[in-house]
Amino acid sequence: MNLELLIQLLVNGFIVGTLYGVVAMSFVLIYKATQVVNFAQGEFLLIGAWVCWWLLTKYQLPFYIGMPITLAFMFAFGVALQVVVLRPLIGEPIISVIMVTIGLSTVFQALMKWIFGTNLQPFPQVFAIQTVTIAGLQIQSVYLLSLVVSFAMMAGMAWFFRATKHGLAMRATASDQQVAQSLGISVENVFAMAWAISAVVSAVAGVVVAVVNGVSAGLSAYGIKVFPAAILGGLDSIGGAVVGGVIIGLLENLAHFVDSQYLHWGNLYEIAPFYVMIIILMIKPYGLFGTRDIERV
Amino acid sequence: MTSLVPAGDFRTTYAADTTIFPTVTSRNCAIAGIGVLCLAPFVLSQYWLSILIQIGYFAIAAVGLNILVGFTGQISIGHAAFFGFGAFTSAYLSTKIGIPAFFAIPLSGIATALVGLVFGLPAARLKGLYLAIATLAAQYILLDFFSRAEWFTGGIAPASAEPFTLFGYVLRSDRQYFYVVLAYLIVSYLLVTNLIRTRDGRALVAIRDHYLSAEMMGINLTKYRTLSFGLAAFFAGIGGALYAHYAQVVSNEGFGIERSIVFLAMVIIGGVGAVMGTLMGTAFMVLLPEVMEWISASLRGGAIDRALALNNNIAFLREIAIGLVIVLFLIFEPDGLAHRWRQIKAYWKLYPFSH
Repeated sequence: MNLELLIQLLVNGFIVGTLYGVVAMSFVLIYKATQVVNFAQGEFLLIGAWVCWWLLTKYQLPFYIGMPITLAFMFAFGVALQVVVLRPLIGEPIISVIMVTIGLSTVFQALMKWIFGTNLQPFPQVFAIQTVTIAGLQIQSVYLLSLVVSFAMMAGMAWFFRATKHGLAMRATASDQQVAQSLGISVENVFAMAWAISAVVSAVAGVVVAVVNGVSAGLSAYGIKVFPAAILGGLDSIGGAVVGGVIIGLLENLAHFVDSQYLHWGNLYEIAPFYVMIIILMIKPYGLFGTRDIERV
Repeated sequence: MTSLVPAGDFRTTYAADTTIFPTVTSRNCAIAGIGVLCLAPFVLSQYWLSILIQIGYFAIAAVGLNILVGFTGQISIGHAAFFGFGAFTSAYLSTKIGIPAFFAIPLSGIATALVGLVFGLPAARLKGLYLAIATLAAQYILLDFFSRAEWFTGGIAPASAEPFTLFGYVLRSDRQYFYVVLAYLIVSYLLVTNLIRTRDGRALVAIRDHYLSAEMMGINLTKYRTLSFGLAAFFAGIGGALYAHYAQVVSNEGFGIERSIVFLAMVIIGGVGAVMGTLMGTAFMVLLPEVMEWISASLRGGAIDRALALNNNIAFLREIAIGLVIVLFLIFEPDGLAHRWRQIKAYWKLYPFSH
């Protein structure tokens, strides 16, 4: 048994897992606030990363200017998406809304390929990449950075929901829309805000992944990995999404370890989360922290 | 049965209410339509014939998805994987085991239905969107299985399927195979149309409209949700098997999530819950890439072509078109082409005094 490889993979898994957690968190945010299952979550990462890449390479903007512009753009994009596409569908059956987000995901994915091509583009070097040795493990500084950014975003999200007025309004809307409306909360604003925040947070995750691995259409795969993470954590629990993301990240790398050392099936890494998802749906469909009001029929 | 529709709703029996053909003329038109289609292989070129065959096998799979989406109100994002499973099963049964295609096609439909139930059972017991997520997993797991199981699919090398034989006579050309697809299409659409008229079909619709009321009226939700998911997978398998024996080579490509989204688009564009609409929706989605190909070919060399680099990016444009069509139809025409068709008919019924 190759212990060193195992530990290295588990560290990687933890780092990737926190990113899954961040994306799953923004996915759950939309689900909780607006009851929409967003199949276009991965495209938020993709668009954010491409926009930032474009600003940094085409206009040679420094990162500390390019990044805020990207985030502002994603905020506007999230609001626009909600107002133009999803607002007309309020009150429609849930499957219509799901299908719209599937359609959107196809559109954005192909649009990004059309504009930016299909090749992997290296991200301009934003930070000097060094290798840090922690407890005998070689870790690249960008990975540490990604970890820090992920935790910062989780903490920011927690602060937003607990300490700000808008966060409180969002929580109220999530728990009961009619009551929230009667208390003077503009549910429309809350919906738009949820999409905007989700787009911004996902874009940050997208840029982080892009800094580490470069930008390509493959980024939208994160949007698919969100489902195992969110189902595992509980579809309506933001904390659960983070935990689910970390577990899925660890599990992926563990599957990779078992596969490369013992089984030699190849590709187990990519498919393991979906097996876990089926099992979770079978035995504990509300996930680890989700509300237990899902009715069995 | 009367030959004209009365100007009001005067039906007095349930039989009259659920009849497929309200008038003699509509029945005769349907028969004439099938007759015209039977003549198609003698008139049409190879290209058009292959498009018609494509519409045929996709429409069978799409009508299966419409049972799920339209009648039961569930959603599947893994339909293409089941379509692919049907194709591989039929290829396997016909080449490796030696079952003639005539029997292999229905058998692979049944096999696909069983596989569908494996994924559908956990999710069909849950409310709402869980089936969507389970089928997403099915999509990826089945695709992974196709690339892994070399004994079954040939792995990287494509699997081959025997041509369709009927009483020892081999149907090799498209012209002959067209009739096979047509026969399956007619039978499938008749089955699905009649399904809604039965007790089981009404149970499915009741679940879609209000699952709690349906349950209180004694409808077993688990049974009917699972049944509808099995039926959807069954028709996907039949469609896939027909595809396998048409192409005679089944490779791992074309069963991805993009194809599943196209199947959803067929159902949405045709009209959710509209059986004949599914046929229109399928025709629309099969013709859409062809039309885009013609447009880009006719613009070749022009200014628009140079500005957008159309020919290099036609694949992406096609994807964008598919996505846009889904979004726009859901926002502006949620009842699909079937609804538009009914409106056109209603307009001409009272022409020129339509108001």
